[in-house]
Amino acid sequence: MQRYIISRTFQSLLLLLGVLIIIFFMVRLTGDPATLMVARDAPEEVREAFREKMGFNRPMIVQFSDYLFGIVQGDFGESLHFDQPALEIILERLPATFQLATVALLFAIVVAIPIGIIGGSNPGSPLDSLGRTLGLLGQTIPNFWLALILILIFAVNLGWFPSFGRDKTISVVLPAIALGFASMGQLVRLTRSAVLEIRNEDYIRTARSKGISTLRIGAKHVFRNAALALISVISIQYSYLLGGSIYIETIFSWPGLGNLLQQAVDGRDFPLVQAIAFFISFFVIALTLLTDVVYALIDPRIRYSR
Amino acid sequence: MKPILQVRDLITRFYSVDGVVHAINGVTFDLYASETLAVVGESGSGKSVTMMSLVGLIPMPPGKVEGGQALLEKGDGHLDLLSLSDDQLRHVRGGQIGFIFQDPISSLNPTMTIGQQIAESMTEHLGLSQAEARSSTIKLLRNVGIPDAEKRYNAYPHHFSGGMRQRVMIAIAVACEPKIVIADEPTTALDVTVQAQIVDLVKRLQDQMGMAVAWITHDLGVVAGIADRVLVMYGGTVVESARVDDLYEDPHHPYTIGLLKAIPRLDESGNDETEKLTSIEGTPPDLYQELTLCPFAPRCDYVFDRCWQQLPPLIQVDDQHSAACFYDVKRGEPRDDIE
Amino acid sequence: MTTAAPPVDFDQFEEQTWKTRLAYVTRLLLRDRGGTLGFILFILIVLTALLAPVVSPQDPLEQNLRAAKQPPAWEEGGSWEQPLGTDTLGRDMLSRIIYGTRVSLTVGFFGVLIAGTLGMVAGLTAGYLGGRVDSVIMGVVNVFLAIPYLVFVVVVAAILGRNLINVILIFGITDSPIFARVTRGEVLRIRESGYVESATSAGAGTARILFDHILPNLIGPLITLATFEMSAMIFYEAGLSFLGLSVPPSIPSWGNMLQVGRQYLTIYPWIATWPGVAIAITALSFNLLGDWLRDVLDPRLRRSRN
Repeated sequence: MQRYIISRTFQSLLLLLGVLIIIFFMVRLTGDPATLMVARDAPEEVREAFREKMGFNRPMIVQFSDYLFGIVQGDFGESLHFDQPALEIILERLPATFQLATVALLFAIVVAIPIGIIGGSNPGSPLDSLGRTLGLLGQTIPNFWLALILILIFAVNLGWFPSFGRDKTISVVLPAIALGFASMGQLVRLTRSAVLEIRNEDYIRTARSKGISTLRIGAKHVFRNAALALISVISIQYSYLLGGSIYIETIFSWPGLGNLLQQAVDGRDFPLVQAIAFFISFFVIALTLLTDVVYALIDPRIRYSR
Repeated sequence: MKPILQVRDLITRFYSVDGVVHAINGVTFDLYASETLAVVGESGSGKSVTMMSLVGLIPMPPGKVEGGQALLEKGDGHLDLLSLSDDQLRHVRGGQIGFIFQDPISSLNPTMTIGQQIAESMTEHLGLSQAEARSSTIKLLRNVGIPDAEKRYNAYPHHFSGGMRQRVMIAIAVACEPKIVIADEPTTALDVTVQAQIVDLVKRLQDQMGMAVAWITHDLGVVAGIADRVLVMYGGTVVESARVDDLYEDPHHPYTIGLLKAIPRLDESGNDETEKLTSIEGTPPDLYQELTLCPFAPRCDYVFDRCWQQLPPLIQVDDQHSAACFYDVKRGEPRDDIE
Repeated sequence: MTTAAPPVDFDQFEEQTWKTRLAYVTRLLLRDRGGTLGFILFILIVLTALLAPVVSPQDPLEQNLRAAKQPPAWEEGGSWEQPLGTDTLGRDMLSRIIYGTRVSLTVGFFGVLIAGTLGMVAGLTAGYLGGRVDSVIMGVVNVFLAIPYLVFVVVVAAILGRNLINVILIFGITDSPIFARVTRGEVLRIRESGYVESATSAGAGTARILFDHILPNLIGPLITLATFEMSAMIFYEAGLSFLGLSVPPSIPSWGNMLQVGRQYLTIYPWIATWPGVAIAITALSFNLLGDWLRDVLDPRLRRSRN
């Protein structure tokens, strides 16, 4: 199993490198990064000066290795607008995004998993129909629209929650629900189908033939095997939440990375954009690696492989 | 000797979108204490479904036990299994009736140690504590021939070979020393050499614990080796029931006769190399139809008009020997003494 | 000893004309209420897009400042000339929604076409050739999948500029990894199942194997995937429009409308409501259709119908 962990870590580093390459070249897609970052009507001398300053005239290899070494040392470039190292700004905004994604995930888990388990164990029951409806709703309602509707109803009309900002503790509720709704839908569907599938497995028949209690079958036989499938799904959802918060953060003026990205894109602050893209990718890759390791530790078939 | 299990007119149906499957159509048999009853038949004949129906192990949304009685002897009386609620049946499962299933790979929970899978039966039915169950399980593991039992208690199913896993399954089945063990084709998925070991193991445990074994199989070779009595099933009904020697030497039902003839024998073909292997013509019955005729009629060499009109009941033809057939194969003429 | 086989009625294998096949599929469809609904909605939406000029009551681009900011017909101040109300420039909401169908379906359809083609080719190559080629292709695929989709799409859209073709290209390229993975998975599964081996041993060449054995089995899962991805692309396009990164505001798109609607959410809530409903209904249709397709196409490959 140790070999597995080491090889997965190595793979992740390679992935990270690949991501870095893509991010590096994204900005150079149009050939001249200066045109992207400098005002449209700026005269050529301004652009040329900019190119010199940012080192865009050097050979690609030199630019890339500079970039790479910079990152390894923690230098992600300077934001054009904030006049600060990109890293600083990102670290400032990071906690907000993590908080939002985590609360959204918790919301999704707490609602979806019980419904999925009960629904999957009693197919056709009212609770199961509820679960399937939620699953469908999660896939059909766009989260940015849901955010607007939630604001309209709960913030403006009922006044229960603030409609923007992160000042109060309850500020996180509406954004988290809007962000987590789609994940909740996915989780209900997948939990339900995992439970349904497992219930048809032979070892459940064996468990029932032993006459042990339904509760015990559910907990030790069904759930343990379902948990394995669910861990992957939850991790994927968390990645999605971390990387997909841009709309919600923008609508709710939530001071996180998504919001920052939108501002940076709007202001054509591409060094910052690159840094944010890299950071979010980094977290996603790290999360995936962590999940694979946890999975390897939990699944006896991998943990104790001969 | 009184039977410990008396099944009368069991009827089980499965309701699906494509129609109603009449899986079991009036099955009647007895099971005596400490005997080995072989239940023989082809796939679809209802061997497994019969046994599973007794303790409510068939999938209940599509499936439904619709008639009959299953009287389990209990102390000074009987318990009709078919009238029990699922909760009550739980006590019977594992405690009074144990199961061995066919495919040990998929029949064991991959995320639980084998020790726990055996012990949980004991804690449930025998009221043992965790520690007591553990030591009993280790003893049991040794009994079924698993070496290094104490270490293996904490091992997972994927650490074992097929034969070893089946021993674990057997341990699970006998953990609470049930009165009856139902073995559903336990050797079919195993290598031939391992098969013999498993058969011996079950026999040994049976002698030790005195339980009755219902051995479901489609392999007549296994039957000859271990059975006291045999039940032959076809189309969801019992077509013949006899002591093992009587069945082989004096079969009365055309299906049984066909089965026995189909076994290739080295001493029969003589020098004629062109002689074909015998097989039974035709295909198994369509279970979507309700059974109002003899299920074997389309394939029977001795069929006559009554066979198409009525389901033949089990008729006693000898001591401990019945066959469900309107034709008397010994005399070569239809029976006239049944109403 | 005979082996049991279910009674086979050979009469059913009569010549299968397109008529009998169509009848069979129709019966399958009508059995599943969800699928039927999805299909009907799908046809309606496609027809709306194609017949937009005919169906829509007014010109979506025509500004009518006197009728600006009008609520839906059933509210006070509304009129049945503009049944769903008007936006800030007096343009009829219903007409804009109808025309918005065109943008969404175009993006969805062509985006999936590109993604599917690219992905299928990549996946086929990787799966069929195996070895180094497989590692390289899947490596690239995995790198693209590691970057959070939204982040990637937003950044590239910002770089390339506001233009329908760009959007379609972006979606086409960024979504192809998913198609590649699924294709490769299917190819591998088919290879393992042995009938490629038997075909090869019977002397079939590569092209033959590809066309006769592999492609027919790919169609099912890929069509199902395409349906779901179309729905996802419609979401993403709307989201991009919402951030001002997709089609220019002169073209009526649901995302554009939502962007405007957001600013006037509390005063003229209908401007934001209707586009969201339109997106949800479209997504519903595709999801229901996709679910039905999956049930119909996959089980034939995997489970036996019993």
